[in-house]
Amino acid sequence: MKIKETPGRIAFKVINTIILAALAFVCLVPLWHVLMASISDPTYVTQHSGIIMWPLHSEGHPVTLKGYTVVLKNNSLIRGYANTIFYVGAGCLLCIVFSSLAAYCMSRRRTMWMKYLTIMLTFTMFFNGGLIPTYMVNKFLGIVNTRWVIIAMGLISIFNIIIIKTAFQSLPASLEESAQLDGAGHLTILFKIVLPLTKATIAVIALFYAVGKWNEYLTAAIYLTNRNLYPLQIILREILIENSGTSEVDLSTLGNYDLYKKLIQYSTIIFATLPILCIYPFVQKYFVKGVMIGSIKG
Amino acid sequence: MRIKDIKKDWTRNKSVYLLAIPVVLYFLIWNYIPMGGILLAFEDYTARGGIFFSEWIGLKNFIDFFQSYYLWRLIRNTLVLSIYSMIINFPAPVILALLLNEVENQYFKKVVQTISYMPYFVSTVVICGIITDFFAYDGALTDLLFKLGLIDQKKDMLSVKEAFPHIFVFSSTWQGIGYGSIIYLAALSGVDQELYEAAKIDGAGRWKQTIHITIPGIAPTIIIMLILQVGSLLSVAMEKVLLLYRPLTYETADVISTFVYRRGLIEGDFGYSTSVGLFNSVVNMLLLFISNAISRKYSETSLF
Repeated sequence: MKIKETPGRIAFKVINTIILAALAFVCLVPLWHVLMASISDPTYVTQHSGIIMWPLHSEGHPVTLKGYTVVLKNNSLIRGYANTIFYVGAGCLLCIVFSSLAAYCMSRRRTMWMKYLTIMLTFTMFFNGGLIPTYMVNKFLGIVNTRWVIIAMGLISIFNIIIIKTAFQSLPASLEESAQLDGAGHLTILFKIVLPLTKATIAVIALFYAVGKWNEYLTAAIYLTNRNLYPLQIILREILIENSGTSEVDLSTLGNYDLYKKLIQYSTIIFATLPILCIYPFVQKYFVKGVMIGSIKG
Repeated sequence: MRIKDIKKDWTRNKSVYLLAIPVVLYFLIWNYIPMGGILLAFEDYTARGGIFFSEWIGLKNFIDFFQSYYLWRLIRNTLVLSIYSMIINFPAPVILALLLNEVENQYFKKVVQTISYMPYFVSTVVICGIITDFFAYDGALTDLLFKLGLIDQKKDMLSVKEAFPHIFVFSSTWQGIGYGSIIYLAALSGVDQELYEAAKIDGAGRWKQTIHITIPGIAPTIIIMLILQVGSLLSVAMEKVLLLYRPLTYETADVISTFVYRRGLIEGDFGYSTSVGLFNSVVNMLLLFISNAISRKYSETSLF
């Protein structure tokens, strides 16, 4: 049944398309500017004001990858990258193990005490000790300024546990009962039966955790002073915001540092953001799914 | 609950309880012990005395805070940033979702969605780096504002205290509008299509359908999101403020959480800083419960 469209409806559709196209443009343009500026000639970048839509170059001042060659030689940046990959990898693994353990225990029926665990965990949603007391606990444990503190902070959250628990509870109870009759222990049931069957949900949680960990800087800013342990984001803060952290940049090949400062900053942004932006379109549907799982429990 | 039941439960579920131990320990160590650390708020903390032997001073830290020169400034900044942010950034994703819902070309819709979600995945540090660059003296947006006549002369906008709230709020709009719309799009896809068919037969146009079907259909989602927002009214995104503010803009940018961070971790005033943090989280909790109660009474939708 096709209804003839009124002029008002057509006008709305045109305006709507324009608004949405403009929004997409605005969302994209800052990143595009950074990308284009990062390969432009540094003299033009310094002189230019306004958005850079295409690489600025001319004869004698060609498009350059010099910013990237400097970035790739910056040891703290590379080390930060490696540290972040470690924090994300190890954190992700432990996050999934701990969260699914918690969710598994909480989803056990016919236990006397598990409901108290649920209450204990839920309470942390509403109240916490705050920054300073948490800092003192970590200090007491002796993990301040170690890799452990970065992994321990924010490792398990009640939100993740509830989402995983909901997925576990949707599995038929008979599945586990028959496994139990075959003599499987709880760990076997969890890792061999329950987790493989809920891997879509687990993947969503891991993905959310990984992106959060990749982008996090505050924990490291609070707890780390050892440069060798710094994650990527702290190094980025030095280069982009504090305008420092370039002491380890090899400037001998560049001569005039001030000329290249902007170029290095732009290249650093692209270098640090590209992995996420490249993977993102492929995992986008999982994020969308994750938000929806989150909303069901809400 | 008799001893016999406990014994029976233990023999049957022993292994489950053993598995729960790591989780219980994690929450005890990093969630519950710090709650005990709230004692600090009532002490004149010294490193020598530690948490147990520092001098007990009762409410003095709180009284100091309430009489402090910074009290008004901190509360005002916190409220201005969060309420301003809520007025702009709460409706924006709802409107985007409604507009996207009207698009009939699925390919165009998909492209707009993919692009608008993207800024959400860029890290706070990088976002703030881009903001710092765009609003620098010769930055792209400073230039644009100047050409539009919104500022009389080019200057480093991040050092202008009047500009801070706008930069803070609208950069969050840029980052969050697309991602925020996902949840409303999900709610929109759940609205019963038969209602639209019925409305068409009754002769309702698209506008009337939106007012009478679409918006009531997603109202529960909107209300839940609103309760959550009100519940975190006093927790401004501290990471971003820390990266963007400077002593020149403390007047409009310093919020309670950044003050706690500076006084506690930079200046080492643990007791005072904990008391300010405690005040903040208690107010947040009260706001959450109050908004939830109001919503339950008037709209029959509530978080808990």
